[in-house]
Amino acid sequence: MEFLDILLEPLSYDFMVRAIITTALAAVVCAVLSCWLVLIGWSLMGDAVSHAVLPGVVLAYIVGAPFALGALVFALIAVTLIGVVRNTSRVKEDAAIGIVFSSLFALGLVLISVTPSQTDLNHIIFGNLLGVSIPDLIQVLVLGVVAFVILILKRRDLTLYAFDPTHAHAIGLSPKRLGALLMGLLALTSVVALQTVGVVLVVAMLIIPGATAYLLTDRFNRMLVIAPVISAVCSIAGIYFSYYLDTASGAMVVLTQGVVFAAVYLFSPRQGLIGTRLAKARRRKAAAVLVA
Amino acid sequence: MSTPAILVENVTVHYGEVLALDSASVTVDAARICGLIGMNGSGKSTLFKVIMGMIKPDAGRVLIGGQAPTKARKEGGIGYVPQSEDVDWQFPLSVRDVVMMGRYGHQGFTRRPSRADRSAVDQALDRVELGEYAERQIGQLSGGQKKRAFVARGIAQGATMMLLDEPFAGVDKRSEATITRLLRELASDGCTILISTHDLHALPGLCDEAVLLMRRVLMHGAPEQVLQPENLAMAFGLDVLNRDLPEPAHPAAVVHPATTESRG
Repeated sequence: MEFLDILLEPLSYDFMVRAIITTALAAVVCAVLSCWLVLIGWSLMGDAVSHAVLPGVVLAYIVGAPFALGALVFALIAVTLIGVVRNTSRVKEDAAIGIVFSSLFALGLVLISVTPSQTDLNHIIFGNLLGVSIPDLIQVLVLGVVAFVILILKRRDLTLYAFDPTHAHAIGLSPKRLGALLMGLLALTSVVALQTVGVVLVVAMLIIPGATAYLLTDRFNRMLVIAPVISAVCSIAGIYFSYYLDTASGAMVVLTQGVVFAAVYLFSPRQGLIGTRLAKARRRKAAAVLVA
Repeated sequence: MSTPAILVENVTVHYGEVLALDSASVTVDAARICGLIGMNGSGKSTLFKVIMGMIKPDAGRVLIGGQAPTKARKEGGIGYVPQSEDVDWQFPLSVRDVVMMGRYGHQGFTRRPSRADRSAVDQALDRVELGEYAERQIGQLSGGQKKRAFVARGIAQGATMMLLDEPFAGVDKRSEATITRLLRELASDGCTILISTHDLHALPGLCDEAVLLMRRVLMHGAPEQVLQPENLAMAFGLDVLNRDLPEPAHPAAVVHPATTESRG
């Protein structure tokens, strides 16, 4: 089979086209957000919020409200609860996060088990890339674009918040409000990604692209380009792999991102384990040639 | 007398049960450099946080140039140079990016830099002699250069008051001299500077006045006077000469010698 045929064949199915559009969009939005999450050290928070929105999404489904609304409400509840448990007991933050998100996730599973039409909701957990409907696509499109535009417009403030919240405060901005904005966008983005890879794997899309880009550059602005490009390419490649290898699509997307991270981790010229050694060896060789 | 640049009046702060500041009062006039010395846990950082309005004191009041701290912050008057260990030096930003953050208060919704912003950043970088390092990632600077980068951020901001937290930690003697010269220049341009420091040796060359803090203000006067062994013993509980000193009878004695007069 020709390479072009390999690329074009899946596109003859509408469901594959919808899957690719949804995934690429979710991948880009998640990747942009992930740049801040990995720098602030909010990866675990990303994990927590993406799991904790489950009951919100289920409840929204039951009452017929938009998923994003339920997700935002439960993201807020999760963050508040984590703060309360951490600040008012001797339990440390990582434990507080673990307790709150797993409990809320469990609540979501319980709600799914008592809600008729279970099949639909189970897709939220593992994602249902190949079953994306037109309304799903529109919802992802709207939420994704909203989150993306806010992130890009407020990128400088968010970076300031990530780097030096004290300075943000000193010049009259509110670090609290910027943190809340980022948290809200995290909830929104989680909903976008649920559709694609499901609750369980959202966190991968929220961490891996940013971490990968961080190993490749020393400039935040470049991270904001590298992360979404890598993420989108990996995601689309993942879908093709899943199509031809007949494997789970959401999982394949995440696996591809993980493999690319591993490659960058090893071979990045700046930070890579092997890449830096190769560069050093090259320099030494060049120096030796100069001496000779 | 003109309005003091920093007025802290009878400020008390508790963290839960722990008393961090006990009715502390400090007044610093404009264009002065004031050193803040005291042990760890003496309330230096708390005092900084109160001045910046990050902590609301349980009692007392703070005025910055006669204004409430909120207003002073909005006007961009307060510059802050963080302690080295509070900064993520791996953060993917260039020196120029960091200095540009000083301009955010002057910019619109998306903080798009204007030509004026760019030239303010260039000037600030030249002022601290980091022009040639502008494109370096901030972690790739020496200890002294890192400090100067943050001072440049305050300059670009147009801060009329700067707070420096341990500016000499991890800085070699030569950089210390450069920073001292830079701060003296800024003060002579009218900037009020408050420095928290462990480096007692640098104090007389750098500061116009010094405050000895141990939850309350033990002493406020000329650096030479505050650095007298018996005074340091009050704050640090030991004497540099290793003598046994009697318990100070009135640790709250505040001395206001001629050094606190305004220079106009």
